[in-house]
Amino acid sequence: MSATGIPERVGHLPPRKGEEGSSEAGYNFAYLDEGTKRMIRRAILKAIAVPGYQVPFASREMPMPYGWGTGGVQVTAAILGRADVLKVIDQGADDTTNAVSIRRFFARTSGVATTTRTTEATIIQTRHRIPETPLSEGQTLVYQVPIPEPLRFLEPRETETRQLHALAEYGAMHVKLYEDISRHGHIATTYAYPVEVAGRYVMDPSPTPKFDNPKMDDCPALQLFGAGRERRIYAVPPYTRVRSLDFEDHPFRVQEFTAPCALCGARGHYLDEVVTDDSGGRMYVCSDTDICETRVAEATR
Amino acid sequence: MSAPLLSAHGLSKAYGNRLACAGIDLDVTEGEVLAIVGESGSGKSTLLSLLAGELAPDSGHVRYRMRDGQTQDLADLGPAELRRLMRTDWGFVRQDARQGLRMAVSAGGNVGERLMGMGERHYGRIRGQALDWLGRVEIEAGRVDDPPSQFSGGMRQRLQIARNLVTGPRLVLMDEPTSGLDVSVQARLLDLIRRLSAELGLAVIIVTHDLAVARLLSHRIAVMRAGRVIETGLTDQVLDDPEHAYTQLLVSSVLAA
Repeated sequence: MSATGIPERVGHLPPRKGEEGSSEAGYNFAYLDEGTKRMIRRAILKAIAVPGYQVPFASREMPMPYGWGTGGVQVTAAILGRADVLKVIDQGADDTTNAVSIRRFFARTSGVATTTRTTEATIIQTRHRIPETPLSEGQTLVYQVPIPEPLRFLEPRETETRQLHALAEYGAMHVKLYEDISRHGHIATTYAYPVEVAGRYVMDPSPTPKFDNPKMDDCPALQLFGAGRERRIYAVPPYTRVRSLDFEDHPFRVQEFTAPCALCGARGHYLDEVVTDDSGGRMYVCSDTDICETRVAEATR
Repeated sequence: MSAPLLSAHGLSKAYGNRLACAGIDLDVTEGEVLAIVGESGSGKSTLLSLLAGELAPDSGHVRYRMRDGQTQDLADLGPAELRRLMRTDWGFVRQDARQGLRMAVSAGGNVGERLMGMGERHYGRIRGQALDWLGRVEIEAGRVDDPPSQFSGGMRQRLQIARNLVTGPRLVLMDEPTSGLDVSVQARLLDLIRRLSAELGLAVIIVTHDLAVARLLSHRIAVMRAGRVIETGLTDQVLDDPEHAYTQLLVSSVLAA
């Protein structure tokens, strides 16, 4: 979003050929037309006003398949301003296919600056992770969401889940956690772990690992969630209480890693398992490539 | 005699121009088992849905004495209050267990759901109560983590009963709970319902087409035909000395074993 929060161009004028800031001729700034962006912004504003509530929106066809982040891309396109600096991560990494292609998509259709540095970014689009570097005010985190409905596991009817949300009837949500404990002895849900937002709506932070749930709580950055196929947008405004559901005798806990990152030696980061050869060799490294590279560079300096 | 727990006055419901229920009055007091009998299509199930607030009547009222002693018209309750009432103070045992249970969730989870819905957040206590109730409906503790899809028909109905009774309701509605079960399983289930309703002082409204079930369980009986209650009274009185011609026909239609 631009500093003033006012969209760069209002109205429905077709883009001028070779317009400044847009390097791809024939496309509007950030691909979507202005009418669509305004529609999405209205949904975002409503989502921010009612934290955790899923706002329906008229999701558009995007030049990428569903499941590749069409919801997040539309949210990013709607809030992107010319002064923004965009970072895109997939599983915490800046250099995987999904991250690279979405970053290039916006570089080509909007001409905005892109970065891999968390601290330099104003908008961070993510598929799974929240960066390890604490976010700050003025930053916006955009999540790509496959299944926005946390009650879907227990209730397949959309009419019924809406009713349950409206009445704040969330007993069924704990049934899922109960099933986990009865089957595994502990809450085995490790991602898409349900949270209660601002003491009201239960929300699916899918598909982030529950390791990142505590980072959502009281976060200074704005968090926006876009589900393209399911046509829903929801939000967590800055400094909002986000509480992970649990039982008194089985409190919420995040994953713990015994070894530090094999590359940068960090402890307390979320680690990925990387298979290194065909004979069972493996190593555990930070899933957040930016902080890992920064730490390695600092250590060798 | 205290005021009735639930009373219905002039309940009517039509589907288009087909009348399903017409001007039905009935009362149930605490600890009383009322059987509603009649042939298929006589409006029994519609009446139960009207009483449960699942269907809105075209005319008439259902009043219920809440736990605080206030008698309320169900139509005046908001959807949130009505649903809270349904999952705390009421139970509904369905004919088809698949409508009353979560088939993919373990037996313990099924029993515990209402507790969690009421805000219980202690796993140990929820599980303890679930095991206790499985014992009371004669399901072995070893089956607590199995889903009802692996249960027999009789076990599913008993699990439904446990799931409904765990919150200590005062009124339980039952829609043909024994149909489709073989006779020995039926007998065991009827024994269980009779024992539990007596022990807990439950008010029960049971819909059945089986007069033997009505005779075994109920104190009072209401006979329905074509959407109307044509005869009502004490169960043995109605069954042994039916007044209405249709009731006489029903009673005489039962095959003696």
